[in-house]
Amino acid sequence: MLTKRIIPCLDIKEGRTVKGVNFVELKDAGDPVELAKIYSDEGADELVFLDITATVDKRKTLLELVEKVAKAINIPFTVGGGVSTVEDVKMLLGAGADKISINSAAVKNPAIIDEMAAEFGSQCIIVAIDTKNIDGIDFVHTHGGRKPTILKTQSWAKEVSDRGAGEILLTSMDHDGTKNGFANEITSELSSMLPIPIIASGGAGKMVHFWDTFTAGKADAALAASIFHFKEIGIPELKEYLSGRGVSVRTTF
Amino acid sequence: MQVAIIKYNAGNVRSVLYALERLGVEAVLTDDFETIQKADKVIFPGQGEASSAMKYLKQRNLDRLIKDLRQPFFGVCLGQQLLCEHTEENDTECLGIFPIKVKKFPAFDKVPHVGWNSLENMDSPLFKDLEEDPYTYYVHSYYAELSPYTIATTHYMHDFTALIHKDNFYAMQAHPEKSGKVGETILKNFLAL
Repeated sequence: MLTKRIIPCLDIKEGRTVKGVNFVELKDAGDPVELAKIYSDEGADELVFLDITATVDKRKTLLELVEKVAKAINIPFTVGGGVSTVEDVKMLLGAGADKISINSAAVKNPAIIDEMAAEFGSQCIIVAIDTKNIDGIDFVHTHGGRKPTILKTQSWAKEVSDRGAGEILLTSMDHDGTKNGFANEITSELSSMLPIPIIASGGAGKMVHFWDTFTAGKADAALAASIFHFKEIGIPELKEYLSGRGVSVRTTF
Repeated sequence: MQVAIIKYNAGNVRSVLYALERLGVEAVLTDDFETIQKADKVIFPGQGEASSAMKYLKQRNLDRLIKDLRQPFFGVCLGQQLLCEHTEENDTECLGIFPIKVKKFPAFDKVPHVGWNSLENMDSPLFKDLEEDPYTYYVHSYYAELSPYTIATTHYMHDFTALIHKDNFYAMQAHPEKSGKVGETILKNFLAL
């Protein structure tokens, strides 16, 4: 049976993990490769690396990191953050990434989704959508959720799916950082409407939030960062909890 | 042991190289006929689109080379589909080593089939040391039909062929190189054939 996926997200700046990490097993808290290995051994189903480096030479450092990660871990991983051209995707996949995620660049030039899907296949193109509810309407935001657009989230999600996105990573800016749970209403709406998997993101604080998003939210996967990094929730206990409540997850590996 | 990974216009080939490195096996990524023919084991990986992959293989006569190989051979993902007779992906004639048709998943549920799913009805030395119903990682829209050559099945909407075997040819739809310890065990078992 196909299982629901748990995906830790690692923020990367200049080749190092950003958010404070206090794993006792870690020799170097800022080493993304070491952290990735721990998550993978604990039963994470996939990993996402989000590069937030703003410098001009970010590409080289990122590619070196992607290659190191690909050599070290045996589960799939996605790389995002500033991906904008077919050439970017080619280099990241060439370095060993399994999938890439694209966000602002797709909003700016939607045809890039078609180009990327045609060149590399839909299976490796994730479109990340940052959404925020304004007066009862869901709007797409870009630039890390700071910049509102006039695009409605539902119609943009339909468009990216039609253009060949393989998955949607949906982050609710209203929920992100609150630890009050995922945005299950919009997640469920997109999941029911579209023929591709939806990864819920933003708002994870307790184990029950994952159960909520997999049931009420109809999410195919759930992504979180700080609760895993700060060890507020361990992946093995989360999976045991979900499995005990009837959600199909990968518990043996 | 010499392991050759067939180099062609498909993605994901380096991941297989890295997976073998983690097992302590050095492999070469190559499209050189002699190297492939002389290898003890041959791996045919791939992610991508079937018709352009077949076109590439034919242009370089790699299609004939593959059919004539006699050493243990392992196709992965698109590599499995290409070993079959025909795929619905752009109505493509494939290598025909397995008399099996490859079909597109119906739109009853989400397509592609992405994520970890369990292997069932396992019957092959490739599954030595694995527990029951182990999980492997899938990402695909097309699947091989059930056949007498099926050595494991997976369920998504309906049962489909997870792995096949005929003579020296083995193939797997999921990605062993991305399937954690389970995938490593299957690769190890293949290398031990």
